[in-house]
Amino acid sequence: MTLKTLLSAAAFLAVAGSASAQTTLTVATVNNPDMVVMQKYSSKFEEKTGIKLKWLVLEENVLRQRVTTDISTKGGQFDVVTIGMYETPIWGKAGWLVPFDDTPDTYNIKDVLPSVRDGLSYEGKLYSLPFYAESTMTFYRTDLFKKAGLTMPDKPSWDQIAEFAAKLDDKANGTYGLCIRGQPGWGENMAIVGLMGNAWGGQLFDMKWKPGYNSDAWKEAVKFYVDVGNKYGPPGMVGNGFNENLALFSSGHCGMWIDATVAAGFLYDPKRSQVSDKVGFAQAPVEKWNKGNGWLWAWALGIPTSSQKSKEAKEFIEWATSPDYIKMIGESEGWVTAPPGTRQSTYDNPAYQKAAPFAKPTLDAITAADPINGTKDPKPYAGITFATIPEMQAIGNFTGQQVAAALTGKATVEQALDQAAANAERTLKQAGYYK
Amino acid sequence: MKIEAHSPPPPGVQRGWLKQQRRVRTWPLMAPAVGLLLVWMIVPLVLTLWYSFQGYNLLSPPQGFVGLDNYVYLLTDPGLPQVVWNTLAIVVLALSTTIGFGILFAVLYDQPFLGRGVARLLVIAPFFVMPTVSALVWKNLLMHPVYGLFAWVSRSFGIAPIDWFADHPMMAIVIIISWEWIPFVTLILLTSLQSLDRDQVEAARMDGAGPFATFFFITLPHLGRPIAVVVMLETIFFLSVYAEILVTTVGGPGLETTNIPFYIYSRALLAYDVGGASAGGIFAIVIANIVAFFFVRSIARQL
Repeated sequence: MTLKTLLSAAAFLAVAGSASAQTTLTVATVNNPDMVVMQKYSSKFEEKTGIKLKWLVLEENVLRQRVTTDISTKGGQFDVVTIGMYETPIWGKAGWLVPFDDTPDTYNIKDVLPSVRDGLSYEGKLYSLPFYAESTMTFYRTDLFKKAGLTMPDKPSWDQIAEFAAKLDDKANGTYGLCIRGQPGWGENMAIVGLMGNAWGGQLFDMKWKPGYNSDAWKEAVKFYVDVGNKYGPPGMVGNGFNENLALFSSGHCGMWIDATVAAGFLYDPKRSQVSDKVGFAQAPVEKWNKGNGWLWAWALGIPTSSQKSKEAKEFIEWATSPDYIKMIGESEGWVTAPPGTRQSTYDNPAYQKAAPFAKPTLDAITAADPINGTKDPKPYAGITFATIPEMQAIGNFTGQQVAAALTGKATVEQALDQAAANAERTLKQAGYYK
Repeated sequence: MKIEAHSPPPPGVQRGWLKQQRRVRTWPLMAPAVGLLLVWMIVPLVLTLWYSFQGYNLLSPPQGFVGLDNYVYLLTDPGLPQVVWNTLAIVVLALSTTIGFGILFAVLYDQPFLGRGVARLLVIAPFFVMPTVSALVWKNLLMHPVYGLFAWVSRSFGIAPIDWFADHPMMAIVIIISWEWIPFVTLILLTSLQSLDRDQVEAARMDGAGPFATFFFITLPHLGRPIAVVVMLETIFFLSVYAEILVTTVGGPGLETTNIPFYIYSRALLAYDVGGASAGGIFAIVIANIVAFFFVRSIARQL
């Protein structure tokens, strides 16, 4: 009797307590500059709605591990998670994310670029809203090109890139012809190598889910990658990811750099780049095949179904990915800093067009990126440099290590790719893809 | 003395009473501690065993019993021999380096010289740096081929800088681990050197033994036991080296620096394959026990 009374009293107190307390949302996000800006401006949201935000800002890989283990075990630690185009369809399919099928009219969902919307949907339902999106482009130093008497075409080929790199390369003065990613990882070197595989006419898996890593197209592409990397790349290339290359290019050490379109904003910003007035922009290179040459990625915000506060979480996400948010950042932080790649209205804005000369090439690259049809031969998966299957991270990381081994001469390209294909096949077999 | 003044009870009674008292006193007092330790050990072990028979990938539920599948995939993994080899290589290479330099430093810092106190403090300092921090320092400030100190030194001599983590990844890892653990060995051996009988050294010198003979026939045998202890302790730690690899090479290039702990990590938190990682964990326990059986025990017998 007494115990029961106590318990019910405690329960009543708990209910009363939670009702009177403010709602607090736990937001897990990645430590990219755009997200740091979001955190800075989030007090505006708190003032407007009275909802408190608790931030957990983590490095990309750590974030992915924390969020994946939490959501897959229904831990319920987070109310808002920052995820990408890889996780969203898989988790949407698994029923771990709350769908966004009732966004208000003011949000104007039609304004979000169609390729980005498609990438964040599963069976026509949106499972996360994009914070910023990116594709791939070629950055080059206009001053060095002028000096060498070269012109960058709007859509170069890899052969041309190698040719330019040979002419620009000046190791004695610390200028390396071409900077590309070398750091192993499915989202690091495999992003650029995956594009090269596509451009040479290859693909990750064929219609029977046999890995394409050991195909002739891939072997030729990786040989080219290893060759240009060693000839014209900076020393220590195997340790270089996006941030390292950004540092190298913005401090004037690279003639060309092929990487994410979001880098344009940093390179063009005189506060953060020493070469801000000498950057040129072109499309990502093609080769034997003229599609699948640019990846498509978006950092997006989603709500785990394990969250108890999905209504408030939705309110926050719709605020952070709204046109008004983009406008606010553009006007107070400068348009170059506005989150790119998500909305047509950003690109229609004359202020943005004026401030960001890379706006058009970015928009072109993002609209051209097609996760469904991009390879020469048909493929069974969605995605450009990755397939949206749960096994992709393991396969991509292993292959990334093998490519790194080939790059550093620890293995030949043939050996490395044969091993990568064998591993991919084992992994898919274990997961029951061949039946 | 007071006890003897009392008339002694019959021997049988006293022994029985003592025995009983002993049983009553120690057992219930020990039981919670032993029980807790047992639970502490058994629960994770049993759970790992259970998971190792489950097909459980966090990203593709549901989980289900798969029998020995995880073990089959683990043991037929073409990369596994290299992973085991790397694990043992790290243990053996780091052990020999740390003990070699540890003995050298211990003998050197045992000699009286100006500023010895400060020098001793400095030689022990690296042990207090956290593994991730020291790996970052080595990676970015020392071994980096563009900004690193070594690259600067070799460039100022006109030599092309070495790209450590690409060209000699295993050596680089062993260097970092050794740098962290030499202080530990030095500390232990230095302490034990201070208990070396000076009279013996004196006597040896009077018999005409040079510094080398003194070292090999007096100092080294004296250090036998502490070295055995150091080998045992370090083996335990080197079998589970992880932070240094994660921060610097991420197991690569290829599988060049993937050891068993890192392999398990990559199964569990990069591939989210709980079943496979658990099978790897059980495999690691087996390997560690084999190493312990042949290696540590043969040394422990000398103690």
